[in-house]
Amino acid sequence: MTVPLSDRPTAPLSDARIVRVAAGQGFWGDWLEAPRRQVEGGDLDYLMLDYLAEVTMSILQKQKERDLNAGYALDFVGAVESVLPAIVERGVRVIANAGGVNPPACAAAIRQLAERHRAAEHVRVGVVTGDDLLPRLDDLIAGGHALRNMETGEPLVSVRDRVLSANAYLGSVPIVEALAKGANIVITGRSTDTALTMAPLRHEFGWRGDDWDKLAAGIVAGHIIECGAQCSGGNCLYDWEAIPDLANVGYPIVEAEPDGTFVVVKHPSTGGRISIPSVTEQLVYEMGDPREYITPDVIADFTTIRLEQAGEDRVRVFGIKGRPPTDKLKVSIAHRAGFKAVGTLVYSWPDAFAKAQLADRVLRERLNRLGLRFDEVLPEFVGVSATHGPLAGESHDVPEVQLRVGVRGTDRSAVERFTREIAPLVLNGPPSVTGFAGGRPKVEDVVAYWPALIDKRVVRTSVEVLA
Amino acid sequence: MRVRLLDIAHARSGDKGDTANVGVIARRGEWYPVLERYLTQERVRDHFRGVIEGDVERFELPNLGALNFLLHGALGGGGTVSLKTDAQGKVFSTAMLRMTLDVSDEEARAVTLPGVPRIPAYTRSLEE
Repeated sequence: MTVPLSDRPTAPLSDARIVRVAAGQGFWGDWLEAPRRQVEGGDLDYLMLDYLAEVTMSILQKQKERDLNAGYALDFVGAVESVLPAIVERGVRVIANAGGVNPPACAAAIRQLAERHRAAEHVRVGVVTGDDLLPRLDDLIAGGHALRNMETGEPLVSVRDRVLSANAYLGSVPIVEALAKGANIVITGRSTDTALTMAPLRHEFGWRGDDWDKLAAGIVAGHIIECGAQCSGGNCLYDWEAIPDLANVGYPIVEAEPDGTFVVVKHPSTGGRISIPSVTEQLVYEMGDPREYITPDVIADFTTIRLEQAGEDRVRVFGIKGRPPTDKLKVSIAHRAGFKAVGTLVYSWPDAFAKAQLADRVLRERLNRLGLRFDEVLPEFVGVSATHGPLAGESHDVPEVQLRVGVRGTDRSAVERFTREIAPLVLNGPPSVTGFAGGRPKVEDVVAYWPALIDKRVVRTSVEVLA
Repeated sequence: MRVRLLDIAHARSGDKGDTANVGVIARRGEWYPVLERYLTQERVRDHFRGVIEGDVERFELPNLGALNFLLHGALGGGGTVSLKTDAQGKVFSTAMLRMTLDVSDEEARAVTLPGVPRIPAYTRSLEE
């Protein structure tokens, strides 16, 4: 039976109810099948899609510079299309930071999609803006906001002319507002990944802004599922060879209760595994000081998290403590920082490593004789030491070694010339070489990341619901 | 006795700027105290000497049976600036698990670390 969303209650639910938030994307480029599999596999209330990594904003900003209607995660439109029946007929709501640097354009694309499917009356798009500080940057700096690099202490003026994007990380408040206004698809720009999960719980359960423990629980829930299958058997080192049916891996779902306790599960008949080890691996992922996981809404204390295996592929999470946040928001700034290119060649047995080392020496001597200057030249020997360096030990009689040389510098022509010095080695360097079919390496822009803090009160968010 | 970290722990690593984080998790709850006592900041600093440029910090999460290490200056500038294959520190986890720990026999026996010979019942009673 079809129940149009407009006939469903939108008021916060009774305490008896469990709210299910499912993760459908862990980054832009994640499995295209996942959103549809999440809505088709069983009951859900919310589908959470995380698209934005630190570097993503600068890529989107460059796209927006070329096309005023671009600058958002295009995959999102396909994802919504694949779950539209669930949105319209079952009342599943979608929350995504797919808006990138252009949430209004993303919202317009979703409106058009809904019209194409004759579902416009069932789709109410909530748009969160205000995170984009790029247009305000000079005013902010003039107003005394130095936007110092959190790692180096340098003020932003030193790279101001090269800044590509600047976005404050927003918390749960504007998302909750959009849900309260009846949005069933909420699109944000730079929200924290965890807010995308915490906000619907806060909305449904009516958590107050100072319910620190509950807000912290919502943040931990968000942290566990924000990387998609990385908590449900994907990239899991613990007993990896025994994790069943990864081809059919189930993405995680949080089943939350009003008191902030929740269970991490996945749909029945999916692959992967949800266990204390798989969830713990995700909890420690990208962790800093576990006592203070800082978000705009709350500081969560990860040393208070308790886990319990509550059944097959069910992990119960409880005991989480939180405390008031700081008066700052983190700002993610990206700026141009020169150019880079990476070239690779594969050398085979016998003496594969020695041949690759000789090729590296030959290449570098040629680069020197050409008078090319780089900020960095990094040779790596994939198969010998590329990832573990000297820790990898001395056993070098390997079947093949990939020589991988990267260069980076501010002189684009030097990087360009480097890309033409790789292929000649096939005929004029050491023997037993192959693997050059991909052609010349590409010169890429280097975009550096500049983390900073800003006073919360200068960031003004706005929420609009398009119906 | 010498214990391979790989046999008593699992791990996941990630990045924050030019810092790699490595979470090391005891494969069994009762092995966590072994990690806490032997997998010290100093041991990890020595292990990664010449691999990373900055210092090492350690945080304890006894509730998860885990230690979190921050390896500063580990990623060649980090993010998109880095030329490294592992620019995001994804496999510092397994580089960490290459470590071995010299655990006292008594302690190893008390928590039955892998590789500890099972002691026949009569010797156990003699020791007690």
